[in-house]
Amino acid sequence: MNDISLHILDVSENSIQAGAKNLEIFIVEDTKKDILTLEIFDDGKGMDEEILKKVESPFETSRTTRKVGLGIPFLKEAAESCGGTMVISSAKGKGTKVKATFKYSHIDRKPLGDIAETLVALILRAEKTEILYLHKKNGKEFIFRTRELKRQLGVQNLKKVNLLNSLKEIIKHKISEIQ
Amino acid sequence: MAKITIADLEKIREESRRTLVLREGAGRAKITVHMGTCGIAAGARDIMSAVLKEVEERELSDIIVTNSGCAGLCSKEPMITVELVNFPAPVKYIEMTPGKIKQIFDSHIMKEQIVKEYALAIGSEMTH
Ligand SMILES: Nc1ncnc2c1ncn2[C@@H]1O[C@H](COP(=O)(O)OP(=O)(O)OP(=O)(O)O)[C@@H](O)[C@H]1O
Repeated sequence: MNDISLHILDVSENSIQAGAKNLEIFIVEDTKKDILTLEIFDDGKGMDEEILKKVESPFETSRTTRKVGLGIPFLKEAAESCGGTMVISSAKGKGTKVKATFKYSHIDRKPLGDIAETLVALILRAEKTEILYLHKKNGKEFIFRTRELKRQLGVQNLKKVNLLNSLKEIIKHKISEIQ
Repeated sequence: MAKITIADLEKIREESRRTLVLREGAGRAKITVHMGTCGIAAGARDIMSAVLKEVEERELSDIIVTNSGCAGLCSKEPMITVELVNFPAPVKYIEMTPGKIKQIFDSHIMKEQIVKEYALAIGSEMTH
């Protein structure tokens, strides 16, 4: 994966696949503390301890098509290779929480990448999942909620090409404003 | 706090008026972009953007765009699956690039002619 936004897409896809009604993505960029924190929460079906252990080591997946699940190990590697950490915790029937930290100024830290593209891809994927995105940088913040946007627009779903393309531009712009 | 403002909403509404519905109702064609870990690492997100761009530029209102998990053939990612209503067998295309997406629209979507060069196999869809 070239950037953090692709890891977010990958890990969040698991949440949607796990039937999450709510997916929450938090990014905090704190350049003073020199830390970038990424948290992804979902209220999907969760995992028991046995599956959880396997997920952290790259040779297991509950899928039948392929025996290797790589999303979580990839994120872990990305975090650890730049002086960060990744922890995943989960409870069966409750949901899953993934938290990764990255040393902000580390030469090997991947760039954030294009968050707007990732959010649009997730909206396309999410049949019944509402997404909350909160991004803070040094005291400034940007928040986006699909539930609120649907209500404001008076629509049932956001899966319309023109809508998604204009939303993408707006989110890109908003995120650039907090940078 | 930055958020979607009234002005932004207006802009989105404006765009939505010429809205192309992606998922509701019956589409003439359905395009699935495979987005498992391997697909994403190989560029599947850019492929999805390219598909959305083609749909918007050609003002197609009868195309369903969606994404799904791994297609089970990681070395050939990014992959898409194209299904036409009049042509029920899905076609999987391998090693996609935005340029190839354009060709697939020109030929498969617009003229119902499969782009054989990039097609993997005509057979059943395998999503999970
Ligand atoms: N948020 C989650 N909720 C429930 N189960 C999860 C979650 N994340 C991962 N899992 C479980 O862990 C497995 C491995 O996940 P991982 O992302 O590593 O690979 P994958 O999704 O199976 O395949 P791919 O590598 O193509 O993304 C999943 O198949 C699923 O069983």
